[in-house]
Formats: sequence, C-alpha cells, structure tokens
Amino acid sequence: MEDAARLLQLVVNGAAAGCIYGLIALGFVLIYKATEMVNFAQGDIMMLGGFVAYSLIAHYGLNYWVGALLAIAITAAFGFALDAVILRRVIGQPQFAVVMLTLGLGFIFRAGAGIGWGYDSVGFNTPFTNKTATIGQLVLGQDNLSIIVGTVLLCGVLYVFFSKTRLGVAMQASSQNQLAAYYMGIPVRTVFSLIWAISAGVAAVAGILLSPVSMIDVNMGFLGIKAFAAAVIGGFGSIPGSLVGGVVVGIVEQLAGYYLPAGFQEVTSNVVLLAMLILRPQGLFAELSGKRV
Amino acid sequence: MSLFEAQGISVRFGGIRAVDDVSFEVRKGEVFSIIGPNGAGKTTIFNLISRIYNSTDGKLIFDGQDITKTPPNQVAGVGIARTFQNIELFPNATLLENLLIGRHRHSSVGLLSQLAFLPSTRRAEIQHREKAEDVIAFLGLQRYRDALIANLPYGVRKVVELGRALCIEPKLLLLDEPSSGLNVEETEGMGFWIDDIKKDLGITVIMVEHDMALVNQVSDRVMALNYGKVIAMGTPREVQTHPEVIKAYLGGDLEDAA
Amino acid sequence: MRYLFRTEYRQDTSLARHGGDFFWYGLLLVAMIVIPMLMGEFYVGELGGVFIFAIAGVGLMLLVGYTGLISLGHAAFLGIGAYVNSVLLAKGVPFVITLPVAGLFTAACGAAIGLPTLRMSGLYLAIATLAFGSIVGTVFQKWTSVTGGFDGFPVPTPTILGFGLDGATGIYYVSLVVLIFVLWVTANILRSPMGRAMVAIRDSEVSAQSMGINLARYKALAFALSAGMTGLAGALFAHYVRFLAPDAFDVLLSVQFVTIVFVGGLGSLHGAIFGAIFVRLLPQFIAIVRDDLPFGIGRLPGLEPSLFGLVLVLVILFQPGGINGLWLKLKHWFTAYPFKRQTSSRRQKSYAKSERLR
Repeated sequence: MEDAARLLQLVVNGAAAGCIYGLIALGFVLIYKATEMVNFAQGDIMMLGGFVAYSLIAHYGLNYWVGALLAIAITAAFGFALDAVILRRVIGQPQFAVVMLTLGLGFIFRAGAGIGWGYDSVGFNTPFTNKTATIGQLVLGQDNLSIIVGTVLLCGVLYVFFSKTRLGVAMQASSQNQLAAYYMGIPVRTVFSLIWAISAGVAAVAGILLSPVSMIDVNMGFLGIKAFAAAVIGGFGSIPGSLVGGVVVGIVEQLAGYYLPAGFQEVTSNVVLLAMLILRPQGLFAELSGKRV
Repeated sequence: MSLFEAQGISVRFGGIRAVDDVSFEVRKGEVFSIIGPNGAGKTTIFNLISRIYNSTDGKLIFDGQDITKTPPNQVAGVGIARTFQNIELFPNATLLENLLIGRHRHSSVGLLSQLAFLPSTRRAEIQHREKAEDVIAFLGLQRYRDALIANLPYGVRKVVELGRALCIEPKLLLLDEPSSGLNVEETEGMGFWIDDIKKDLGITVIMVEHDMALVNQVSDRVMALNYGKVIAMGTPREVQTHPEVIKAYLGGDLEDAA
Repeated sequence: MRYLFRTEYRQDTSLARHGGDFFWYGLLLVAMIVIPMLMGEFYVGELGGVFIFAIAGVGLMLLVGYTGLISLGHAAFLGIGAYVNSVLLAKGVPFVITLPVAGLFTAACGAAIGLPTLRMSGLYLAIATLAFGSIVGTVFQKWTSVTGGFDGFPVPTPTILGFGLDGATGIYYVSLVVLIFVLWVTANILRSPMGRAMVAIRDSEVSAQSMGINLARYKALAFALSAGMTGLAGALFAHYVRFLAPDAFDVLLSVQFVTIVFVGGLGSLHGAIFGAIFVRLLPQFIAIVRDDLPFGIGRLPGLEPSLFGLVLVLVILFQPGGINGLWLKLKHWFTAYPFKRQTSSRRQKSYAKSERLR
C-alpha cells in the first residue's frame, strides 16, 4: 500500500512538472506551426514572465490574481513586440539562422533579467504555497495540484479560442496556408505577432504556476531544453500532443529519479528525446511525408 | 529494341490513384514524350522511375535489369539521369561545380586519397574537368562557367540542369518540362539540343512536356495520360487527333466541341 | 583588379589561385612562427587558444557551412577529445599517439551520432545534438572513476621526442601545426568529389540523391570528420587549460562554436579563422575595458554571454555573410574604387525554403 501511495505521489509530482514542460512545448508548437520558426528562447520568456509576476506581487504588493493576470499581459505584449521588431525580419532565412537568432536572444534575456532582478533566486507568496490537500491516504501539495488544474483550465480556454472565435480561426487559417489566408483578407503578419504574444503569455503562465514549487532565477529558462522532448513526442505539430508529451517526460523523469541511480534523472528527458527522434521522428501523433519535387 | 519498360506501375496518395496501372516501353535511341492535363500523373511517373516514390505494383525494367527496388541514389549509377520541373540545382555553387557534382557516379577515388589529395585524385579531377568542359562546349555555357547558379537567369539555369544531367553520361535521360519558364526562342533552342542529344550522343530521352510545338518537333512517340491512366499512345500526330485526348484537354466530346 | 587566365586544368585543382596567395600566406606563416620569440607568455597562450578554437571552428564549418547540418553539441566532441587524450597520457601513452587517437576516437563518436540522426534536418538535428551534448556533459560529471568528476582531472605535461611541452609556447607550436594540417585536409576535401557531394547535400538533397550521392554516407562522413577535427582541438584544449573540469563542456561552449561559424561567415574557411579570433578575443577585450565602463556595466556577471548573444543577433539580422562577407565587401570596395556600384553589396533576397511537409 505504501508503495502504491509512493508511486501515485511520484506520478502526481511528475505530471505537475510535465505540465510545465507541456506549456513551454505548447509555445514552441504554436510558433512553429504558424511561422516554421522554433523559439529557443521560449524558456527564457517563461523566466521573464516569472520575474515580472514577482515584481508585481512581491515588490508592488498586488493581489496574487491581479498580479498574475497583469504579468501574463505584459509578457504577451513583449512577445508581440519581439516578433514585430526582430523575428519578422528573418522569415525565409535558413532554419538554423533562426535557431541561432533565438539562442542569442535567450542569452540577452538572461543577462537583462540578471541586470534587472539580480542573480539570486526569488519567490513570492501564492495561495498554494506550502498547503496540502488530503485525498484518502494521499497527501498532495496544492502547489503541484494547482499546476495541473491551471494547465487544464488554460487548455480549455485556448481550445475555445482557437475553435470558436474569429481571431482564433484566422490564426489557424494563417498557420495552414499563409498565402490563402492573405488573399482572404487576414492580416497575416499581425496574426503571427499575436501568435507570438499568445505563446509568450502561455510561457508566463508556466512561470507563474511553477513559482510555488521552485524559485524563480535567471537560469530557469534551461527547462526549455526539456520541453523539446515534450514537443518532439507530440510530433512538433500537435498542441494536445505536446501536453501529453510533457506529462510523459515529467512522469518518466520522476520515476527515473526514484528507481535509478543518481545522475540518471538529469539525462532522462534527453535520452527520451534522442530515442524518440531516432525511432519515431514523426512523433506519436503526426504523420510524416517527403518534400515535393 | 526496348531500353526501358514500365509494367503496370501504380501509386496512390491518400485515396487518389495518381498513377494507375501504367505500362509503356521506350525503345533505344528514341525521344518518348508524356503529355496530359495538369495532375494527370506525368511527374509522378518520373518520381517512380527515379525511385523517389515506391510503386505499389508492377515492375520497372531498365536495360534488362529490374530496378523496381533500386535505392534512389543508385538510379544514376545504372545510367538514368533526370531534370526537375522547378529546377533543383545547387544554387550556392558555381556552374562548373554543379556539372562536376553530376560526375559523382564516375568518381571512384578512395577516401584517404581525397583527404590528402594524392596524385590519383588530381588525375581523376582533371579527367572530370575535361568531361565537364565538353558538356560546357556542347551547350555553349562558356561565359557562365564560374558564375554562381543563384546569379544566373532562369533560362540559363534550365540549360545548366540539362548539362548536369549529361555529365552523368546516362543511357536514359528524363526531362521534366524542359520548356517551362522559357520564352519561344529558348524553347526552340531546347528542341535543337534535345535533337542533338538523341542524334549525336545517342541518349534515349523520356520527356514530360506541355508545349505541343516542342513535342511535335522532337518526339518519336507520345503517350497521353489522364487521371493516372494511359489514354493514347503512338506518333505525335496520332495521339493529338485521338478523340480521348481531345476530350481530356477540352473536357467534352468531339461533336460537342465542333 | 587581377584577372586569372587558366591554361591548364591543373591550375583549377591547386590550392593557391595565383602567386600572390603563396606570398601572403607564406608571410602570415612566418609571422606566426616568429611571434613566440617576440611576445610575452600571456599573448602566446592566448594566440594558442585562438588556434585551438580555429581548429574546432574549421571542423564545425565543414559540417554547418558546407554540408548544411547544424550541431549544438560540439562541446561534447571537444570534451571527448580532451578526456581521451588526458586519460591516455596519464596511463603513460606518449603524446604523439594520444593526439591522433583522440582525433580518431572522437571521429568514431561523430559517426555514431551522425548515423542515427541522418533523417533529421534543420530544427530536429539542432535539438538532437543539443540533447546529445547535454547527455555527454552529464556523463563527464558522473563517471567519476575515469574523469574524476567535479574534483577535476589534472592534465599531464606532454612530451614530443623528449622535449617537455610545459609552457604556452610548446602548445602554441603544436596547435599551429595541427591547425595547418586541419586546414590542408579541409581544403583537400573541398576540392574533391567528397566535398562537392557535401555542398550538394547542403543545397538540395533531392537533387544530390538523383546525382547518385549516398546521403547517409556523406552526412555521416561529414559528422565524423567534423567531430574528429574538434576532437583534435579538444586534446590541445586539455593542455591549454591544464585542468579538466567536467562542466567546461556545456551548451554555452557549443553555442560559442556555432558563433564562430556564423559570425565568421558561413561557407568559408577564412570565416572559421575570423570567427575564432572574434570569439577568443571578445572576452579579453571585455576584461581590458571592464573597469572603464560606466555604471558598473563591466562588473555584471552576464556581460560576456549577453554580448555573444547580441553580436549573434546583429550578424544574423544585418550581416549574414559574417566577418568574411564584410572583408570581401571591403576588398571589393578598395579594388573597384572609385567605381563602387550601389548594388554590388546589396544582398539578394532569399525566399522561404520551406521545410514544412506538404
């Protein structure tokens, strides 16, 4: 019985971490589907979102919910500007130029955060910090539960947005066929910037949800590397796929940390990623076809 | 005497039969053209022959050899060269380098000899250059020899792609819409080259083409396709007056059109 | 302006285009040989560091600039070369053997990572090599019986023909010889069928395949050669730092290598050298001006990586040809003066080459 409870505990913790990976991966996928760019700075945008929330809540004393919403809005605006000012210029350049560009931006964000907020870890009080929920014999942290619930809610909102609103449908159309969307009168470039805004906003949500579990610091953006595993498992084109992928990576990582010798936990996500790319590069959910000549 | 034979090849994308049980035979030394409306499956046949796609049924026989399962990178090795509809040259290399890449199947120098550029590599390189220069002279490309492909006009690139295919020294040449994007004069020039390739170099040609003037100018035999099926085969004149072909292009009966 | 008249095919296949090349490269070589006799230990050591990074840069240039495959895991190859060399030296194997063995072993590792990643391109390859690099980094940290883990690994002093290479000067000369060797091999690759096959793969895979080029073979070969050169650089790097710490070979270092290639200028061996000079000298430059900068900017801990990031961003946005492209433009401007054309340095618009699967 104790083993089963222990296992369940690990699974819940893993799922919570996995939701964070999934949310970052979701940002990758949104941008990739629309613009064929991959944002290697996605993790760093999450870090920025976390710091903005910290400033608003811990420093300016805003209410948690108000501060969180404001932080999400500010990060989203930042994402919009990032695309409008910089990334729009490199559409059509070879893909690895974009990889290097976003990597470079990540370095700049990290340094910028270091200048603005310092290099120490910080945190702020949330309604979920250090609280537990007891379900039967199981004692679970509310922080972890809040991540899972928050992710599910966010996905619901995004689903409704993409399938029911005019703007959401326009975004889908632009992702599938830019030219056709353009001819239909959709302002494709603005739509792309809005997609950047959404994925930056999602990253900020991830940063805020993560803050009761782990502190916010300049290097938390490296989590983004683990999120690649999540995105790849999902086939890099599927939004539900990337969330499922995230949860898979999170749980496998927790189990590896418990059952395997030290050192294995750190490489788990990378091993999963490499194995996935080698054995089934199309992901679990997508189909692959060749280039047309 | 047949050089190439397709026996009932088929391929489907999703539910659509892009090529449906197509059989034909190409004789040594002839120019064989494939015509048909857009989406009839002409380029798909080329992709089947050059093994980019797998045929679900049937066989491909080239020079007495079954090439149905040959990997795509060995197709050049058996003596089949091709060009592409939208030009697939190497844009950041010079014209000469492009032609030398065409010579790849003839290079047999060992790895270490290349790394150290031993005399054997140098000798082979000089030979490749002589062959490439022959092709440059044949197609009159001298003035562009050291230009980057990215800086050349479209019409010239089309000729370069033909030249690169000739560097393979193939027995069979697949030309995918050699006249697309060319003006009337350039198209006529292309016609003369195809004639020369057949007569002077003795290379058999299969050509996918829309321009009927070019088809008439160079073809010995023509095959017409529609919806992935063969609808007519014969001399250019026979095929063009075939009622099925007219129906395929005009979308109605001969009587209706008249 | 100089016009080249070619009268022999032999001329086309030789390394130097004309007599002037021999003169200038010869002069450069003499200068490099004389420098240690004129300059202090510190500068010799730093220049040696530039050579080592240039060796790795040339290796990565072959992969990224000529074959069109990206790697964000080259720090791992540098680390493998460094550890193989140092561990063998510590076991008493002579340096003249450990150096080539380090190169060959790393090349084998390169082929091993190259083969399974063959089907990937662009983005997927970047992610896969990133994952590979961080796995290898973790192995360095955890395989304590071999690498010493976080205690580090002191690198034994190498000897060649009885001479101990304990100072910076010894490593300087060895690095110079290895750099020249690597440049020579790479130039040979580029003028042989092998190098053209790589360029073909970079420009159009479909077409390369229809020319009879075995994609798998040449991609794996490019990976192996690139890794091998980086492994050689790693063996020398071990002696340059003299003490191996497992966390030295992290993502940041991989990004520095790719910076060499991008900032130097893709598709040019000169670019690899320019890039190495830039990447090695930027930290030195920061160290010199650190105290003179206003508002204490110089003492910010993240200054160096952020400057790398900034330069990378600026180069990709405004000077995709890198330093080499800038150099070519300058040369053109001087040779053509005063007949500069407005269009001569204008970039051609590159259209989206979609990798999306339709």
